[in-house]
This record gives sequence, structure tokens and C-alpha cells, in this order.
Amino acid sequence: MSKFKKKKGGELPPVNTASLPDIVFMLLFFFMVATVLRKNDLKVLNQLPPANQIEKLDKSRTVFIYIGKPGEGYTGKSKVDIVQIGDRIVDVKEVKSAILQEVTKLREELQSSAIVALKIDKDAESGLVYDVKQELREANLPKIIFITTPNSVVE
Amino acid sequence: MAKRSAPEINAGSMADIAFLLLIFFLVTTTIDKDKGLVRQLPPPLDEEVIPPIIKQKNLFVVLVNGNNDLLVEDAPMELKDLRQAAVDFLDNGGIPAGQEGYCDFCQGARSPSSSDNPDKAIISMSSARKTSYSTYIAVQNELGAAYNQLRDRESERLYGWKYTEVKAAIDAGNYDGNEETANEKLKEIRDLIPFKLSEAEPKSN
Repeated sequence: MSKFKKKKGGELPPVNTASLPDIVFMLLFFFMVATVLRKNDLKVLNQLPPANQIEKLDKSRTVFIYIGKPGEGYTGKSKVDIVQIGDRIVDVKEVKSAILQEVTKLREELQSSAIVALKIDKDAESGLVYDVKQELREANLPKIIFITTPNSVVE
Repeated sequence: MAKRSAPEINAGSMADIAFLLLIFFLVTTTIDKDKGLVRQLPPPLDEEVIPPIIKQKNLFVVLVNGNNDLLVEDAPMELKDLRQAAVDFLDNGGIPAGQEGYCDFCQGARSPSSSDNPDKAIISMSSARKTSYSTYIAVQNELGAAYNQLRDRESERLYGWKYTEVKAAIDAGNYDGNEETANEKLKEIRDLIPFKLSEAEPKSN
């Protein structure tokens, strides 16, 4: 029986921590890859419509506009579609000044080629969308992209 | 019973497991990238500039009402037929052979009452204020699809590849080949079939 006996009894050996860095790095990489940075708290409902003739968006030169019915974070009284730029709700007539203010937050060399990304709820009225587009025309931001979900429309 | 020391766990394979998981997540996690319809807005309205006169036959009028119904060239139409109708209009090539502006690549009906050539052809879309945004996007999508279909056809005829596929590859940064010459060819196709979609102010009903 003596051959099963260890030389030293009692003391627990220390837990091997050699792989701890691996685990930590793994978690780090995972979160780096999976995390979507969301700068804005959405105050509007935002379910995007489908489309399939789509192109990719270069995020670094983009400012976002959200349009939709008031959502959870909204504290005002409006029941109809509202426009959110950055963190705040703006009136249609203030879109121009608000978006120009957002553009100044971009990197300086990209400001002249800024793209406006419109994230608009599928049930929004296109009349409001038209008004916003007119504001963007006046703000001299002609490049826009309607963000959609990649699905087929017909069939 | 005698107290035994716990055997040391072999941690040599821990790193392998960690890397396996890392690779698994790398492969399965899709970074959510925004995609959508890119459009160029016209410059701000200048009162002094007189708008050019456009012939009625070069105009393809798409109207959408508050109930999300389509009226295309004064006739009701289903959304699924819109793409083909737009292609037929753009691809018509109404100017007879030998005259200026003759479209040598058009495969359409060559009807004198439809568009002269893809360069002259303009699609005009107008919606009601109450039109839902999803219908608006669906119509925009179908009209864009008509242009893409023609551009694909012409790029395949001229260069043997599809316009949309090469453009998507360049945008994604994984085009294998000379990007510069490909971009030039893309521009040639764009000049051949320019995207001319005008939007009128929405009506109140």
C-alpha cells in the first residue's frame, strides 16, 4: 500500500495560473470583436425597412439621424414621428443647425466629405423624411444613406 | 484515511482551449455593419437658374399615394412589376440609328414614345406625405435595382464582370486585381447609364 502514499502529505499545491492570461486575452478579443459602440441613446422607435440594392457605410465620416415614433427614453409630449440627432430630439426646422453641429464632431479632414446616415422607422411618414432631406440640402450635406436591413423587398 | 494532496491539474492544454474558443467566437460573431441605399441630394435650390425643359417621353413618372399604391406613367402598378417597367423605359433607346444620341447598346423596344437613351432618361418619383417610409424605400430600392440590372448587363458585355459585384468587392476592400483600372471601368459604366432619379415635393394627400 505504501506505493500510493505521497511523500509529503497535507499541503495543497498552488493552482496553476499559467493559462490565466490566455483566458483574459480571449475575453478581451471577444469583447473587442463583438461590442458595437453605440454612442446615442435611442429615444425613438427604430425598426428599419428592408432593401437589397445596398452598399456598405464608412462609419468614420458618418453622422446619424434617427426618425420614428417616440420610444422609451423619450420624455416629451409628442405622439407623432420625431427626429433625433445625437442625443437630443430636434424640431424639423432645427435639423440643419443640429446636423452641422454634429458634423463638427467628426475628424477635421473628414468633415467636408461627411455622409448623413438616416435610420428611419419603417412606419414613419415619408413627408417628414422629405422635410429632413430639404434641410440637409440647405446644410450642404448632399451625400445620404438610408440605412436598411438586408432583405429582399419583393417576394 | 490518510490525507492525500490533490494531484496537479495539467494546464498545458488550457491555452489550446482558449485559442479554440477565441477562434470560434471570431468566426461566429458578425460585426453589425450598417448598410443601406446611398443617394445624392441635389444642391440647394437656386432661384435664378431656369430648370431645363425635359421632354415628356424622357420622363418616367412614379407616383405613390397615401395608401402606398403605385401609379406609374398614369397606370396603377404592383411593386413587383416596377423594376422591369423601369428597365424597359431606361433601355428603350428611342432615337433611330444614325442620329445623334443613338443608343447602340440598348436592347429595348426602341419605341419613339419612350426614352431617347439612358443618358436622357429621368425617373421622377413623388410620394404623398402620408406614404409610409417602408414603401418609399421599397420603391427606391426597385428603381435602384433597375439601374443596377442595366449596369450589370453592360459591364458584363464590355468587361465580363458584374458592376455590382466588383463595386461591392472594392467597397469591402477584397477586390483582387487592379483597383484603379476597375474604378475607372466602374465610372465608365456609370457614365453610360447615369443614375437620374428626381424627387418631387410630396403632395399633402
